Amino acid sequence: MDTFGALAQGLMVALQPMNLVFAFFGVMLGTAVGVLPGIGPALTVALLLPITFKLDPAGSLIMFAGIYYGGMYGGSTASILLNTPGESSSIVTALEGNKMARAGRGGPALATAAIGSFVAGTIATIGLALIAPTVVDIAISFGPEDYFALMILAFTTVSAAFGSSVTRGLTSLFIGLSLGLVGIDLQSGQARVSFGVPDLLDGVEVTTLAVALFAIGETLSVAAAGARAEEVIEPVRGSVFMNKEDWKRSWWPWIRGTFLGFPIGAMPAGGAEIPTFLSYALEKRLCKKPDEFGNGAIEGVAGPEAANNAAAAGVLVPLLTLGLPTSATAAIMLAGFQQYGMNPGPLLFATNPDLVWGLIASLFIANIMLLILNLPLVGMWVKLLAIPRPWLYGGILVFATLGTLGANPSLVELGMLLIFGLLGYVLRRYDYPIAPVVVGLILGPLAEQQLRRALAISVGDPLVLFQSPVALTLYTLAALALFGPLLFYLITGRKAPVGGDED
Amino acid sequence: MTKMLRGAIVAAVLASCIPFAGAQAEVAELKIMAPAAPGGGWDQTARSMQHVLQTDKLVSNVQVLNVPGAGGTIGLAQFVNASKGDPHALIVGGYVMVGAILTNKSPVTLDQVTPLARLTGEFEAIAVPANSPLKSMADLVAALKADPAKVSWAGGSAGGTDHIAAGLILKAIGGDPKKLNYIAFSGGGESLASILGGKVSVGISSLSEFDAQAKAGKLRILGVSSAQRLPDAPDVPTFKESGVNVEIQNWRMVAAAPGITPEQKKELSAVIEKMAKSKAWTDMLKQKGWADTYLAGEAFEKQLAIDIANTAAVLKEIGLVQ
Repeated sequence: MDTFGALAQGLMVALQPMNLVFAFFGVMLGTAVGVLPGIGPALTVALLLPITFKLDPAGSLIMFAGIYYGGMYGGSTASILLNTPGESSSIVTALEGNKMARAGRGGPALATAAIGSFVAGTIATIGLALIAPTVVDIAISFGPEDYFALMILAFTTVSAAFGSSVTRGLTSLFIGLSLGLVGIDLQSGQARVSFGVPDLLDGVEVTTLAVALFAIGETLSVAAAGARAEEVIEPVRGSVFMNKEDWKRSWWPWIRGTFLGFPIGAMPAGGAEIPTFLSYALEKRLCKKPDEFGNGAIEGVAGPEAANNAAAAGVLVPLLTLGLPTSATAAIMLAGFQQYGMNPGPLLFATNPDLVWGLIASLFIANIMLLILNLPLVGMWVKLLAIPRPWLYGGILVFATLGTLGANPSLVELGMLLIFGLLGYVLRRYDYPIAPVVVGLILGPLAEQQLRRALAISVGDPLVLFQSPVALTLYTLAALALFGPLLFYLITGRKAPVGGDED
Repeated sequence: MTKMLRGAIVAAVLASCIPFAGAQAEVAELKIMAPAAPGGGWDQTARSMQHVLQTDKLVSNVQVLNVPGAGGTIGLAQFVNASKGDPHALIVGGYVMVGAILTNKSPVTLDQVTPLARLTGEFEAIAVPANSPLKSMADLVAALKADPAKVSWAGGSAGGTDHIAAGLILKAIGGDPKKLNYIAFSGGGESLASILGGKVSVGISSLSEFDAQAKAGKLRILGVSSAQRLPDAPDVPTFKESGVNVEIQNWRMVAAAPGITPEQKKELSAVIEKMAKSKAWTDMLKQKGWADTYLAGEAFEKQLAIDIANTAAVLKEIGLVQ
């Protein structure tokens, strides 16, 4: 019970008026930077570090947490309305969210994202408070071979979830995998496919590729279609709020997304992207109306959004209990702790309980503030879509370019944005799905590194891949995802329900 | 007439401003490039410099510019090309850059900038999980002598300080650095998790990464790469004490632009020296847990040359550089 006692104590800290002001400032700033592609919470916190140096430690850490959660909210708003995913964890949100927005259902899409984030953030924060030490023990027991198995599961479920035809989906996936090879190889330190261009040594930036494929590619195809295909964007149809059916269809995806996001986010090599992919694939599989997937299914927004917020809370588990920063923002928050002479780690809960529990409690506060701030604004946000098309797409183009250049002022980066934008147009034109390209770029290098780590540790013995029970379980799930539909067909003689086209 | 009068007033104001500004700060403005993304060691060094230079009024206006990528070589190339002869431009760099320049075959090198001073440094440490059979450096040396491939090392990216230190250790005990079984992890967090989880034999990283875990009794630190024992870990022997002749420091430095005059170099060195000797800087180092390893002038240039030569040799022996 002393967890609850400590948490109550923490709430007292977080509810101090000055700390509420810090939290408010944090979530406002976080939402604003989350909307801009490229400028994420990591950069914002980094820029604020020297300024907060003189402030009270609890206050500034509470503000950082607000920025972190706010960034997640802002990222989903941009993905849904403008199709410009500013964070790699909100890429999946753009798939269904933007379709909903164009069909006049932007309001419910934003609302399910906001409420889902709130539900997931709250459950995950409780998880953080209650089971952080246990989760950490499990997460640490994950070796490279287990992570590799997790990647395999992600690959199989994702390739099954995207695209109308397997060949087209795989083609897109392989484009992404090839792009993932660009840059310095982590294990050998050698440059691959970089053609002597120094800017390519760090590989292709995920957000650049995502913004190019989604936003620029889209703009080009709208421009190319011209007057031929007058696609109508309805700013608002019906209520901007969620109706009864929306609630019914969102509730379970929120919960499932949370339970995917929190544990994977808590793993030292988990991250927030993989749970969003898995959640999307899972919701598509479980949805009673799979044909709506690709045309704006609310489950495809609710699940991944819950997953990425739960993962954001999950990331704090290894940070607070072990001092392991597993995301860029967490790394900078670690620098924030060190600025005050504190080292997050096994001793932090014992040495600075007020601060840790104050931070955890402030996450609740930040969540509530975000919900209160964002829900009334939904009506205002969706009006963005009422902007005439040439202006809207012109704006998106400027926005995407500025965001990318803001994150990395380099000509090569700008060139990549435009070339990938053209690629996005060509893929759309010939009906290839776009998401697998981004998935390949994210998962390919991760899978490769984990596989090579596992093999190096075992001194080249491939059997190591199949010796851990965790890995075997994950492989079984992957096999089910891959061959399940085939078995279904063999047993019942009917074709398994396959989801609709994506983009 | 009014125009002339206005001109005279502007001139008078300007003239009165200049000596005034001079009295307040020795240099009007500085642009410090941090060739890394915000948040990392170089960025924090640049921003700490900014803070101290401005609060101590050594420089009236300091800006920090981040140019991330490829171990700092992208920022370095941009700095060399764009700041030639600019007495207001500084770049922060470090030991990692030495390795990155070699492995990336960077067209620009540290010979093309004007090194001013080494500011701070961190020492490497080797850690094992508390339940590891390796109890001391001697055990590790014995295991390495038996079969270097069976000892897996977790550390940062290939060719970085951790990798170089591991290579130097294997070389120092008479092993073949090519047989080093080094597993690169992209962040300190991931490698620490694999060490704690017992997935690798040993971990190598800066001492600060292991400190909290060691104090909590989850990791055992076998040795550190400094010349003397460190105040943060007084019970841990140095590599040299354990008979492994390796001393390495992951230092950070500040350099000026290429092509500045000797007077300009002297002036900048004086500003940096004042900063490094100030109380504000010492406090900053203490707060961040960075060691004060200030070294300037010829002594630093000499040490830099030695570091570059040693690094090139070991990277070649590991097989990262042809």
